[in-house]
Amino acid sequence: MIQLENVTKTYPKASRPSLDDVSVGIEKGEFVFFIGPSGSGKSTIIKLLLHEVAPSRGKVVVNSKDVTTMRSWKIPHFRRSIGCVFQDFRLLPNRTAYENVAFALEVIGKTKAVARRVVPEVLELVGLGGKEHRYPHELSGGEQQRVAVARAFVNRPLILLADEPTGNLDPDTSIEIMRLLDRINRTGTTVVMVTHDSNIVNQMRRRVIEIESGRIVRDQARGVYG
Amino acid sequence: MRLKYVLNEVLVGLWRNVTMTIAMIITMSVSLTMLGASVLMYMQVDQMKDYYYGEIEVSIFLRDDVTEAQRAAINQAIDQNSLVQSKEYETQEQAYEKFKVLWRDSEDFVKSVKPDSLPASYRVKLKDPEQYQAFADQIRTQQGIQDIVDQRELLDKVFKIFNAIQVMALVVAGFMALAALLLVGNTIQVAAYSKRREVAVMKLVGASNWFIQAPFVLEAVVAGLIGAILGFAFIFVGKVALLDGRLQALMNVLTPIPDGNVWLMLPLLAGVGAGVSAITAWITLRFYLKV
Repeated sequence: MIQLENVTKTYPKASRPSLDDVSVGIEKGEFVFFIGPSGSGKSTIIKLLLHEVAPSRGKVVVNSKDVTTMRSWKIPHFRRSIGCVFQDFRLLPNRTAYENVAFALEVIGKTKAVARRVVPEVLELVGLGGKEHRYPHELSGGEQQRVAVARAFVNRPLILLADEPTGNLDPDTSIEIMRLLDRINRTGTTVVMVTHDSNIVNQMRRRVIEIESGRIVRDQARGVYG
Repeated sequence: MRLKYVLNEVLVGLWRNVTMTIAMIITMSVSLTMLGASVLMYMQVDQMKDYYYGEIEVSIFLRDDVTEAQRAAINQAIDQNSLVQSKEYETQEQAYEKFKVLWRDSEDFVKSVKPDSLPASYRVKLKDPEQYQAFADQIRTQQGIQDIVDQRELLDKVFKIFNAIQVMALVVAGFMALAALLLVGNTIQVAAYSKRREVAVMKLVGASNWFIQAPFVLEAVVAGLIGAILGFAFIFVGKVALLDGRLQALMNVLTPIPDGNVWLMLPLLAGVGAGVSAITAWITLRFYLKV
């Protein structure tokens, strides 16, 4: 599903690479944590998978497509097969929960009729039934993140990328979001999550890949934060 | 649905930044007016050259003391010259009659000129008006000629003035166009900034590049088109009010500007206004909206 082959990423002006000769493979339906201290290079992996940045060396394959050599005009279509959740939610403040999710459908060419059918369903799935018409500022942090997850999942992507999705949430709310991600994973969606929340990693007992100074130092099938 | 979305975004975008939109439209319209006026003038001068150069004659003025023999020799020289199409002899009396008609409004001036103070002349039409110099050189050797005058020299002076006005209009059009382009660029930057969250989400969920950029580019195109229509209106009103009205006297000298030429300015200005705006917007987006 996801294949990194000897990937090195050095940002311009950086003294050392963010990722240094990293190779890792992730199978379809897996749930994987990337952990490590700040600046270890784990967020760079998300950016590489989205093709927000290109690797300096090596090969990135997502959904059996070589992202490294992908033509730039193909990238938008490629991104439709990937859902994405961030620490800061990235919701549109002047749109309701429903409109935020519907927006993601409409801008890729889905009709309003499709949105009317699909959006309430996915909002129900993330546990926001009855709150469709609230604006982000009328929702709690956990609820806002649920909207973000709904938006990421509404296209039924093959892969869900989560960059510190619980970073702004209290521990109880974090657990709820993790339950949600776990449920999405059970539908067959591959979930890749970058975090340094040790509680969550220890509770979930999923595959853990630890990165330090741009190198993989641990890759454990049912790991803990360590 | 998508078309409706894009059009709605365009209108909202233009309205959100309405002072800038107006500034953009005004500079665009002034620039396009200048461009249109200068193109019209160019076509006009071209047309006038065709018209007047066909009409012009070479005048050979004879000395007052010219003898009959000299006159006959000149007459023969003109007749035998291969460059000549036709000739006409004008006696001193005929010249005086013409002069009286021409200046009939200023009696004092007419009275001060005696019938014999005007020279007799040959009016010669050449087959090719461009060949004036060769013709003049061949005739000049004859005795009894006071002066040879080509109307072309006079016309050239007039056309030089037209050309200067035209160049000035083009320079002004260029400067205004530069200002208009900077305003378009700035408007697009502001629009892209105010929609940065939407753009970020669109990129994230995989909206196509054209879908992200189209509202911005169309915003500039719509402003460019409005500017072009305004510019055309200025030209049209200017033509009606000035040339057909106040400066009608000038129209006796100028050949009339065909309405077709004026209408031709509408698609020209619209094309230039919309095209230039679209290209500027698109280039601006390349820098401020990395996709």
